[in-house]
Amino acid sequence: MPTTLPPLEADLIRQSARVLANAIATGEVSAREVTQAHLNRIAEVDGRVHAFLHVGGQAALSAADAVDAKRSAGEFLGPLAGVPLALKDILTMRGAPTTCGSRILEGWHPPYDSTVVERLKAADIVILGKTNMDEFAMGSSTEHSAYGPTRNPWDLDRIPGGSGGGSAAALAAFEAPLAIGTDTGGSIRQPAAVTGTVGVKPTYGGVSRYGLVALASSLDQAGPCARTVLDAAYLHAAIGGHDPRDSTSIDSAVPNVVEAAERADVRGLRIGLVRQLGGEGYQPGVRQRFDEAVEILTHLGAEVVEVDCPHFDYALGAYYLILPSECSSNLARFDGMRYGLRVGDDSAASVESVMSATREAGFGSEVKRRIMLGTYALSSGYYDAYYGQAQKVRTLITRDFEAAFAEVDVLVSPTTPTTAFRIGEKIDDPLAMYLNDIATIPVNLAGNCAMSLPIGLSPADGLPVGLQIMAPPMADDRLYLVGAALEGALFDRWGHLLIEEVPSL
Amino acid sequence: MNATPTNVVPFDEALTRYEPVIGLEVHVELGTQSKIFCSCSTSFGSEPNTQVCPVCLALPGALPVINERAVESIIRMGLALHCSVATWCRMARKNYFYPDMPKNFQVSQYDEPICTDGWLDVEVPLPNGQGTQTVRVGIERVHLEEDTGKLTHAGGSTGRIHGADYSLVDYNRAGIPLVEIVTKTITGTGALAPAVAKAYVAELRDIMRELGVSDVKMEEGSLRCDANVSLNRPGDEWGTRTETKNVNSLRSVERAVHSEVERQAAVLDGGGKIIQETRHFQEDTGVTTSGRSKEEAEDYRYFPEPDLVPIAPDPAWVDHLRSTIPEQPSVRRARLAADWGISALEMESLVNAGVLALVEQSVSAGVSVDAARKWWAGELLRVANERGVQPGDLPVTSRDIARVEELIAAGVINDTLARQVFDGVLSGEGQPDDVVAARNLAVVSDDSALLAAIESALADQPDVAEKIRGGKVAAAGAIVGAVMKATRGQADAAKVRTLLLAHLGVSEEP
Repeated sequence: MPTTLPPLEADLIRQSARVLANAIATGEVSAREVTQAHLNRIAEVDGRVHAFLHVGGQAALSAADAVDAKRSAGEFLGPLAGVPLALKDILTMRGAPTTCGSRILEGWHPPYDSTVVERLKAADIVILGKTNMDEFAMGSSTEHSAYGPTRNPWDLDRIPGGSGGGSAAALAAFEAPLAIGTDTGGSIRQPAAVTGTVGVKPTYGGVSRYGLVALASSLDQAGPCARTVLDAAYLHAAIGGHDPRDSTSIDSAVPNVVEAAERADVRGLRIGLVRQLGGEGYQPGVRQRFDEAVEILTHLGAEVVEVDCPHFDYALGAYYLILPSECSSNLARFDGMRYGLRVGDDSAASVESVMSATREAGFGSEVKRRIMLGTYALSSGYYDAYYGQAQKVRTLITRDFEAAFAEVDVLVSPTTPTTAFRIGEKIDDPLAMYLNDIATIPVNLAGNCAMSLPIGLSPADGLPVGLQIMAPPMADDRLYLVGAALEGALFDRWGHLLIEEVPSL
Repeated sequence: MNATPTNVVPFDEALTRYEPVIGLEVHVELGTQSKIFCSCSTSFGSEPNTQVCPVCLALPGALPVINERAVESIIRMGLALHCSVATWCRMARKNYFYPDMPKNFQVSQYDEPICTDGWLDVEVPLPNGQGTQTVRVGIERVHLEEDTGKLTHAGGSTGRIHGADYSLVDYNRAGIPLVEIVTKTITGTGALAPAVAKAYVAELRDIMRELGVSDVKMEEGSLRCDANVSLNRPGDEWGTRTETKNVNSLRSVERAVHSEVERQAAVLDGGGKIIQETRHFQEDTGVTTSGRSKEEAEDYRYFPEPDLVPIAPDPAWVDHLRSTIPEQPSVRRARLAADWGISALEMESLVNAGVLALVEQSVSAGVSVDAARKWWAGELLRVANERGVQPGDLPVTSRDIARVEELIAAGVINDTLARQVFDGVLSGEGQPDDVVAARNLAVVSDDSALLAAIESALADQPDVAEKIRGGKVAAAGAIVGAVMKATRGQADAAKVRTLLLAHLGVSEEP
């Protein structure tokens, strides 16, 4: 199994979640020791990485103690009990601030737990703290966080991807073995790809959005981030499933992702290469590693064919109309009236001027850009040409997927066109930034599921490259079947996981 | 008030030159136990901001889930208004910034209302008691939305946000399910327009009450009406309309339309233009004053609410709901009036007295229509008012009323005694027979006892006796009255009279 990492006693922080959970369950190590080891690691390296916006050390240790007490009492422990986790700061949790990487939510402590957090707690997972992100999840580099950028552990001058750069960097820096991300257009998968970690965007409706601060309601989806496919599967199973508090939640059982990750078998599967993803604009080093990975899949017994998804070429355009439209409305509530930042209230100012001053001061430039785009796209007289047209493109992309999945079981592509770029390199070029998500966006528009997993380092710059696996809605198990098989073959080839090549900090 | 004084043209005169066109938008707060998207209570009058949760406060991350009872209620309302019910429709976001809306958008419906294209027949009273006229009001749409919070503006003179020192927000009302019922334009009603508006809202209110979907209390705001009014000269296109808000009673609906017709006529007569605007009805003065101008149309940037799934009511369920729609109140009234052989005016008096259902109950329990009407709208209503209770809450049954009627018919008691019987029943002295026995109320039917009383009365009033003997039969009343008094009302007056005349050998006047 590829989950065999260095001996436990050598280094608690380098273990997989499953190894840690087993060790805790057998009493080989206490949950407190595991948590403390990760808190120590955060204290040691996070000053340089800046993966966390908030670390709740006491709360984490108390949660760990509760797990140890359960074990002593002989109570049942779940498969991830006592394992530490880093939570993206866009999911609400009692007892900690939620900022979404924005000044406008500064000081807000939500009075309720998101469903994801409820389920993490129910699984006895220990939440270490909240991770950095692009403001309101708008960005692909975590540079748009109001609290400063997160750095990529592979090269501290480079971006860790975004918007969930904090969660991915926390994994790559061994600050946590598990993390939660959210993915609206690639915010789980693109950071996973550029940090050499595993990230899964579940089927839309597969994980509850209750308590996930909305960027674009019809696209957002929370999902698991880990260093191994099996760990991601266990986390996926822990957070997934129907939630009556989310109307868009699918009322059926989570596909058996753990079983699929353990089976790790692609024999007889048909795998489609999307002709529209992976050609022009993709770095040669990325393409090289991708081609090698596809070859491995063929070797493992999969049948690989090329498929056409002609409307994927319009995905980015449609996405940048639908997302801003929804976000312009979703973010309207941040007006300084009820919580968070309030600016300009000298008790003589009008409501309008306080709202306006608060939003001017509280939102960053990328957020303002998208609010303005969305406000425009929804305006009377433009709605049909922009929002309406984008919805039609969305339908066509969904049909492309349906046609492709009539031919093949899964689709694959490079996750991103490039490896991690340098901090500051694209910050003034929104279009270049948006292009990072060109391969990940179609999945969000269609609502199906996808995974990114590491497939090697680019020969050009020695930075991680990710491969994306895409499957039909509610066929999330196929991601794990293929991902675990590929991960295992690469492990056999290298004798270790790619993440072990990350430079020590 | 900072309203500029407005000239008016008297209503009747205005109608000689202009035709009014009206349209009514009625908001009804549904009487569901919980709010439209969360489980918070909808009860009225609690401490501010005590019936709130992350969902109706729109805290970041919270999501709505639609209340099935609210959907059921609106479908039943649509069916009662003869609307088509959509098989698939969506909620939409109406985007604008206002502090009474925690999301800064209202979840409403836009181009996909759940109920469309219905009608409602209303009985409009004609002037000077010339009966009524049936007017069919077209229903454009019936849609579902959430109510906003309630703002209280402190300081300032107008009670409105402009000029206020500060404002307080109560989100208890935010998220209460609201149904908006929009009429098609109502044309050709002429001078009846104000009465049509009032009759429509009244009928709508009765229907909602009958359906049990809302308590429809205008004074508590659970039924609110906006009246759109425009005037045009005969043959011209429709004029620019104004929308009058703050119309909080049935009488105000009528007055608001009336005063807006008078005001607009004056503006048009003076060569002015009507400004498309929101106006506020002033209860005290009975006139409308200018609110915010709508000349610059607001752009609400409607789009389908992505946090909710489409509403797709199962046709079988809709059919089932159709079978639960009660008879329309006006139709029921017309049917009962015909069955009972009473006039529309007599029916109206029963409705106004609030005893129609009680009369109907008693009639179906075997009481005669006349008796049921007489007692419910008379003595029983009087006692109820005296006690400050609803007539239906009085401790009297249809069986009691039926028994009293039997006793009267059998000559055991008369109407005067019957009132005493009811008094006993209502005071808990038992059933009518028990009261008659206990209070010794039976009519004196022993002729010899009555004759004795008659002779005694004649002896007391010899002059009257002479008059009667002389043929002045009308004078008999004095003797009858004396006999009734002597028997403490327990005699049958008609019988006393007959006995008296026979005794004196005088015959009734031809």
